[in-house]
Amino acid sequence: MTTATGIGARVKRREDVRFLTGTGRYVDDLPLARATYAYFLRSPHAHAKIKGVDLSEAEKMPGVVAIFTGKDLAEAKVGSLICGWVVKDKHGEPHKAPPHPVLAADTVRYVGDPVVMVVANSHDEAKDAAEKIKVDYEVLPANVDLAKALDKGTAQVHAEAPGNLIYDWELGVKADVDAAFAKAAHVTKIDIVNNRLIPNAMEPRAAAAEYDKGTGHYTLWSTSQNPHVLRLILSAFVLGIPEHKLRVIAPDVGGGFGSKIFCYNEETAVCWASSRVGRPIKWTAERSESFMTDAHGRDHVTHAELALDKDGKFLALKVETIANMGAYLSTFSTAVPTYLYATLLAGQYTTPLIYANVKAAVTHTAPVDAYRGAGRPEATFVIESIVSQAAKDLKVDPAELRRKNFIPSTAFPYQTPVALQYDSGNYPPIIDEAMKIADYRGFEARRAEAKSRGKLRGIGFSSYIEACGLAPSQVIGQLGGGVGQWESAQLKFNPTGNVQVITGSHSHGQGHETTFAQIVSDKLGVPLENIEVVHGDTSTTTFGMGTYGSRSLAVGGSAIMKAADKIIAKGKKIAAHLMEASVDDVVFEDGTFKVAGTDKNVPLAQAVFAAYVPHNYPLAEIEPGMDENAFYDPANFVYPAGTQICEVEVDPDTGETQIVNFTAVDDFGNIINPMIVEGQVHGGIAQGVGQALLEHAVYDKETGQLVSGSYMDYTMPRADDVPSFKLGYKVTPCPHNPLGVKGCGEAGAIAAPAAVMNAVRDALAPLGVTHVPMPATPLSVWQLIHGASRAAAE
Amino acid sequence: MEIKGEYRIAAPREKVFAALNDQAILKACIPGCESLEKLSDTEMTAKVRLRIGPVSAAFSGKVTLSDIDPPNGYKISGEGQGGVAGFAKGGAVVKLADDGGATILTYDVDAQVGGKIAQVGARLISGTAKKLADQFFGKFAESVGAPASAE
Repeated sequence: MTTATGIGARVKRREDVRFLTGTGRYVDDLPLARATYAYFLRSPHAHAKIKGVDLSEAEKMPGVVAIFTGKDLAEAKVGSLICGWVVKDKHGEPHKAPPHPVLAADTVRYVGDPVVMVVANSHDEAKDAAEKIKVDYEVLPANVDLAKALDKGTAQVHAEAPGNLIYDWELGVKADVDAAFAKAAHVTKIDIVNNRLIPNAMEPRAAAAEYDKGTGHYTLWSTSQNPHVLRLILSAFVLGIPEHKLRVIAPDVGGGFGSKIFCYNEETAVCWASSRVGRPIKWTAERSESFMTDAHGRDHVTHAELALDKDGKFLALKVETIANMGAYLSTFSTAVPTYLYATLLAGQYTTPLIYANVKAAVTHTAPVDAYRGAGRPEATFVIESIVSQAAKDLKVDPAELRRKNFIPSTAFPYQTPVALQYDSGNYPPIIDEAMKIADYRGFEARRAEAKSRGKLRGIGFSSYIEACGLAPSQVIGQLGGGVGQWESAQLKFNPTGNVQVITGSHSHGQGHETTFAQIVSDKLGVPLENIEVVHGDTSTTTFGMGTYGSRSLAVGGSAIMKAADKIIAKGKKIAAHLMEASVDDVVFEDGTFKVAGTDKNVPLAQAVFAAYVPHNYPLAEIEPGMDENAFYDPANFVYPAGTQICEVEVDPDTGETQIVNFTAVDDFGNIINPMIVEGQVHGGIAQGVGQALLEHAVYDKETGQLVSGSYMDYTMPRADDVPSFKLGYKVTPCPHNPLGVKGCGEAGAIAAPAAVMNAVRDALAPLGVTHVPMPATPLSVWQLIHGASRAAAE
Repeated sequence: MEIKGEYRIAAPREKVFAALNDQAILKACIPGCESLEKLSDTEMTAKVRLRIGPVSAAFSGKVTLSDIDPPNGYKISGEGQGGVAGFAKGGAVVKLADDGGATILTYDVDAQVGGKIAQVGARLISGTAKKLADQFFGKFAESVGAPASAE
């Protein structure tokens, strides 16, 4: 059924009314009577021994309620923060798991590592008191440069991880790949660095906690993408508060991009301390703290080689990566450069043999974990960089080389050599459509015209695949993941016929309140205004896994469909009773139960009312009430795919890169709300453009100080850095979920860095520039251009 | 980051060296110095208020004199904790040479900041350290003798 509010309709985001009118309610907005405020004193050193902490002056400061150190937490048996994904190395040994204390007690391991928590009557008083704390540090040499992290003689981050190695992991059979390389007609090699990023959600992380002495209940409000998972971690592993005595609420959350999946030090400390202090405690990160302590993203150093036969068919791919984990293993950090990265290295291609070796290293920098795309942007950057480089090496058209190696549409389901089985896809029409929209044929004329203006014009492709919609629980379990990856939904009708859609996923910008309502409206014929989507509170929602990995629609939406099926099944029985018909004869159409071939009908609202006021009701057969729960565990990941084409102009005088055209054609399966999908794609591309041209988290290699620690030095993309995007769609519905949907949240960010960088490389290629590091800032591009012209002159 | 500079001070070397060890003169010359207390001939505690980029912080810490080689020079080092702002540390190797009746003072400064100051001000630290060094040695030259020339 296609209606103005159903599946496929461009419904305006219902939640935006409150966000745009300042009536959203975020953690920091929470009015809590008698609240206290926490401030965390953090390490200014990348690596130091804590020889002593002198609180004597701070304790006397006005407004101070309590001060806690790492020792206090250790004495209270507060556990280590956990890494929830066990990756087994190439010898079958589990990864090294050094402890991650909530407050550092003996050693600090990155600039920003929390050392002392001050609780006071106001934020300013807490901060003033922190000013008086004297921490005696013995500064130690720091291990900052990822490329050297595993070298002998580099400063050690943890005794538990000798040589700074967390795991040395591999996928594929190296000997087979080597044999294929020996027979190759051509080998293309690249060395690339996937630059480290800082997530920069608009709302900084925040936490507030309250302890009810009468009931022994803790309530924690947190800027979490997955409140149930946070509660599970805090209960089962860190604080030992029984799950039923801990309520976690993630209210309106202003963006996450992955950085709010994880269980962090501050929310843990605040929750723990709330019962000690006996008053609510609030904490909101300052922007500087977000820069220093939100889990960062990416940060890979990679060498890759692609073997091709004489016709340009890919024979084998070999990838060696060092992945930065930062100073401690964040919640899902170990999975990102392994199961979310190496398993994607087939891309859209038939490459029969792939070997990947990933070494995860700890360094004296902030923890690194999933960030929009998580592993998949890194994989796409490797594949799409090397494929474009191979096209350059062989002097063939980059689109042709891709097309030649695409998995044919007849080959699905397609088993890749890197564990995943792609369920569906049809790649050639996608690249055709993208080339049409981008007017690829007219490019050389545009390049010549740009040259006449003194500009260097380039074009770049990125044909990505991603595995998202996390994920089949049994697969996750086999790979070492510590949780299930299903999703829950509850459809709770009220007697007057309106309905609460309760989801275990969490919206922090994705538009669930609109999309999920559209699904229910479409499926059950309930008007949109009678549907409320509820999420984010462990006490009012069924246990759910939260939102990340473009999973909410594919998994959470499917759970809603299953719950709706149960509503329809029950409604049929009620309607059959009311119409004195056989259940088998009742059909449900346009929100109404009907007996086929008659004019008898019972609208859903009437069946609902009957269920709550069961005066005329088959009580012997069915229970009253209309409230159905469903859990959905997917049969496979979903595999969105697409091609982006980026066209740039580089100004050789300033080194500035301007994106002049950007085309993205995606296959997201069926689309529920095209406008929301566009918004997700636009935002994702902007983030990818940010990574390619602007954003770079830089630590001083000697001291480990974060030098790009504010918006003065860390450049976010702005409106004038991106053009108007040209989007297109091709649809192959997902064959294994009831909506036929894939996922669109990460695609833009996954594909864009390679598209932009391939375009910049193409623009600079005529000058003989062969290697362009990311981000391609004006400074580095200018240096490449001038280095090249100097080399040419010599 | 290193900063070098040179001053010509219209005073004999012995007098300049003595002034370099004079706590009152040091206190008057260290920019933003709120207190300087002598612990020994080579160690002092200091409170200094500094602004680096957008961050203003009061640093408390130690000032140490080392490599003392009268009247040829010494090394003066300071290390201060700025509370929530982080830390700053730095030192200057000071060398004195005769130039007729006057003295040529050369200095070689290195400075380092950490924590929030580095986060928002790392790229400003060179300029700030240069400015602070100029303020210190300029004022020092002025109080010890009429500065004959400054570069």
